[in-house]
Amino acid sequence: MEDTIAAIATAYGEGGIGIIRISGDKAKDILDQIFMAGLPVQFNGAESSELQDRTLCYGHIIDRKKKEIVDEVLAVYMKAPQTYTREDVVEINCHGSMISLRKTLDLIIKCGARMAEPGEFTKRAFLNGRLDLSQAEAVIDLVKAKTNMGYEVSVAQLAGSLSNTVRAIRDELLEVLAHVIVNLDYPDADIEELSYNSLKESLKQIRGRIEALVETAETGMIIKEGLKTVIIGKPNVGKSSLMNALLKESRAIVTEIPGTTRDTIEEIISLKNIPIRLVDTAGIRETEDSIEKIGIARSKDSFNGADLVIFVLNASEELSFEDYAIMDYVIEKKAIVLFNKVDLGQRLKKQDVLDVMPHAIVINTVITENQGIEELETAIFELVYGGKVKQQDSIMITNLRHKDLLKKASQCLGDALHMVDKKEALDFIEVDIKRSWELLGEIVGETVSEDIIDQVFSRFCLGK
Amino acid sequence: MNYFFMDDYDVIVIGAGHAGCEAALASARLGRKTLVLSINLEAIAMMACNPSIGGTGKGHLVKEIDALGGEMGLNIDKSFIQSKMLNVGKGPAVHSLRAQADKNKYHIEMKKTLEAQENLDIKQGEAVDLIIENGSACGVVLKTGAAYRSKAVILATGTFLRGKIFIGEWSFESGPNGLSSSIILSDNLVKHGLKLRRFKTGTPARVSGKTLDYSKMIEQPGDENIIPFSFMNEKLEQEQVPCWLTYTNEETHEVIRENFLKSALFGGQIEGVGPRYCPSIEDKVNRFADKKRHQLFIEPEGMDTEEMYVQGMSSSLPEDIQKKFYQTIPGLESCKIVRPAYAIEYDCIDPLDLKITLEHRDLKGLYCAGQFNGSSGYEEAAAQGLMAGVNASLKIEGKEPFVLDRAEAYIGVLIDDLVTKGTNEPYRIMTSRAEYRLLLRQDNADIRLTERSYFIGLASKERYDKYLHTKKVVSEEHIRLLEKSVSPTEAQDVMEKYGSTPLQNRVTLAELIKRPELSYRALGEIDCERPELSEHEADQLEVLIKYEGYITKQLLQVEKFKKLENRKLSPDFDYNQVSGLRIEAYQKLNKFKPLSLGQAGRISGVSPADINVLLIHLEKERRKK
Repeated sequence: MEDTIAAIATAYGEGGIGIIRISGDKAKDILDQIFMAGLPVQFNGAESSELQDRTLCYGHIIDRKKKEIVDEVLAVYMKAPQTYTREDVVEINCHGSMISLRKTLDLIIKCGARMAEPGEFTKRAFLNGRLDLSQAEAVIDLVKAKTNMGYEVSVAQLAGSLSNTVRAIRDELLEVLAHVIVNLDYPDADIEELSYNSLKESLKQIRGRIEALVETAETGMIIKEGLKTVIIGKPNVGKSSLMNALLKESRAIVTEIPGTTRDTIEEIISLKNIPIRLVDTAGIRETEDSIEKIGIARSKDSFNGADLVIFVLNASEELSFEDYAIMDYVIEKKAIVLFNKVDLGQRLKKQDVLDVMPHAIVINTVITENQGIEELETAIFELVYGGKVKQQDSIMITNLRHKDLLKKASQCLGDALHMVDKKEALDFIEVDIKRSWELLGEIVGETVSEDIIDQVFSRFCLGK
Repeated sequence: MNYFFMDDYDVIVIGAGHAGCEAALASARLGRKTLVLSINLEAIAMMACNPSIGGTGKGHLVKEIDALGGEMGLNIDKSFIQSKMLNVGKGPAVHSLRAQADKNKYHIEMKKTLEAQENLDIKQGEAVDLIIENGSACGVVLKTGAAYRSKAVILATGTFLRGKIFIGEWSFESGPNGLSSSIILSDNLVKHGLKLRRFKTGTPARVSGKTLDYSKMIEQPGDENIIPFSFMNEKLEQEQVPCWLTYTNEETHEVIRENFLKSALFGGQIEGVGPRYCPSIEDKVNRFADKKRHQLFIEPEGMDTEEMYVQGMSSSLPEDIQKKFYQTIPGLESCKIVRPAYAIEYDCIDPLDLKITLEHRDLKGLYCAGQFNGSSGYEEAAAQGLMAGVNASLKIEGKEPFVLDRAEAYIGVLIDDLVTKGTNEPYRIMTSRAEYRLLLRQDNADIRLTERSYFIGLASKERYDKYLHTKKVVSEEHIRLLEKSVSPTEAQDVMEKYGSTPLQNRVTLAELIKRPELSYRALGEIDCERPELSEHEADQLEVLIKYEGYITKQLLQVEKFKKLENRKLSPDFDYNQVSGLRIEAYQKLNKFKPLSLGQAGRISGVSPADINVLLIHLEKERRKK
């Protein structure tokens, strides 16, 4: 009866393998839908894997809809009750790349699982009698700590425009809902009957807005969640070379993002398993050596959202007026400063930079010779894991959760619209609209309360 | 204060309004020796405001009260003068029955029922104090010095408690309808530690019917087919009288606007909180200034009176202003006001101080019901009265409490909302407050509740047998319809008649009923083996078949809901011993002492994380044992 839940069970960004765990009645079912044993042959989707209890099986995760192989994996199905949660459990060993893990998890959720709450596997294990008494206190702490943390993260994440958008959509939905309820609960009131046409229009419009959000989550998931790293520097200091060096080094070039401005080039790389969104300002054409021309003003926006700045300097030259101007821009940011071209003689002093940017990490490089690149990668990795650059460890999970909720909210409105088309009674339609409103509420952390009824009475003149 | 003992009872009910009557009857029917007190016996089941019973959500409550063996449904069936099923154009979950009542007949019939009830005494008298011993309510003292001992007391004081009426700048101590208010009792309740607060409500003027011009209004007749409220009644015959629809206009609003400051509401004299769904006309004109007109229903107060109730025109403006703006209404130009509109403010408690059984948290044996608990409406009051009466009786016998949950009944929604979420204004039931509306229909209240009530001894054998019969007939017929199929030729005529797509193959009757344009009744002509079903049974059956998919979906939701609801919490549980709860959750849980994890989760300030922590703690405790 419990929902089937899923989550990435291994720590974020470590190791070559990542494990996804699914627990619940539907675990096996879901695996059958997305897993094809052996070598991939075709995508007619007819053959289901012949998984045996507790036997590791080689195969591929496939997206039957998109006819696409997502990852090459080892999967195992463990029948209840001798499992961690005492429910049916499936574990899928994927490649460690966050991108493939995320895609696989996404697929699992599409097949009917729900994102596990923090600590939920352990909670189930305990409630189903799997853990012993001495572990109980620890479980409480875990559930409490994780839930609170999860909450904080999602609130922090939502401080921006997503939550505002969701709230706005939710408010619109509330208006529709109030109108429906008034029609149901005040049949005598002097209020315009809600026509199926107008209901259809409003629901379609609102659903469109939710779908648009889901869309950005899908295409933008990777982009959004990469650590945004901006490469900056005067012309000819070696920005392009650095970009190329990092791209060559990285194990997976995921995508060249379409629609980026001509001023910047963005690439996603996976550096020691950290998804990094590399922004290079090198594509800017410049004729003269002036600040405006190197496009700092134009690419200011890309600094503003940056998690990390890599500032490239020519070590054989002293700091120029332009360099100081750049430092002024990025002074608030976490930054790594590269003293490039040290082979041409070093006229730059580390202290000159630290005077302006006291927290900067300075690395000597000869990018064209691949010198110092390893050091740079290590520095980035340490910044991330040292917590100096924030890339919250649960950001992916909460985002997937939001996407999951948005999709469900949209689905509910789809059901409602379907009933509107069939001219079903208003009270059936109301159930789905309300559910959609509640799901959106889960994203922004607002509970049901008396909101709906407040809305009814503030908008309509009712009563005897 | 001096007093003398007159008699001993099991249960004493203070107040004989809609809550008090149901409480007294339920207690007496469960075999408890019961006394019901009223300031005036003419006020028994008095309808102090609108002359109707039922409506959306409220109609559901009446059906449930009836299914449990309460009186309201039977009584309105005896005294209605117009009947209407509302929302018939919508789904079965929101079909709601409403009847116009002959107020006097409603009172008389209820009084007769109380008088005839075994184990029940009625008495005119004003209760002024409770006798409290060792933290338990065990008696009532009257103004006359007469005192009665009892094992439980039920407070159902309506708007009488420190009642104060406002008409313009004039205000005076008074109960509803010119009856005296109850002041001393209020003082003494506070002395006993009850925390009281002020709510307000209002009623429009009654006008003389012979001064009205009905030709300027729109007639609102009742339904031709009368559906009884009570499951005990198959068919009702009654000559119906119409209501009338008319509207306010700019002139009305102008008069009201000019005199805003004379309203007790805007003048600041009233401190109590009024219900938003029952605003006075000055409130409507003020808040919805762009609305050109407001609708008014002119409703008869009974067969033997000229008095007409003006629904939509409650006010606390002075009488001269009332006359002025009432006379701007089409049809009311020369109306005479028989009773002026007034606002009334009264003492009530915060229902968060009550347990789910409606017993007070601190004073044992003291049960509370109706407007005293912060609700509004005859039906809401009656539902609580019945539950308070039942639970007071069961407790005296040392039996398990009788609690209905949110998936069983609107009564469960009503009481759970009140005692778990509380209310900041007089609470009215709405169908949108129920999560499992499709299961809580008015047509199946008997199926949901009668058996449970019969097992505690409230519903009569006759009622129980009727329920068993309905259940059997409906399920047998359901099975037959699932099995019986018809051929395309057999069905052809009916398909044509109702504009339904012709059949290609044999199809079961149940499948056909699911088509929107067809119904159980429509298929009668091609289904000759059909047994005789009552209208009520046919309705129930049709809903079960037509909405099967939705019903199954809700049943699944209910299963989930019940999981937490079935994890019981002891009322003596000390939440301080649970490590990991947030501070707010500790405080709320210790104060509320919820009966189940489900209820705990509905308390504001208790988060899902707290519920998880609690769940784990409970499991830990269970294993220790």
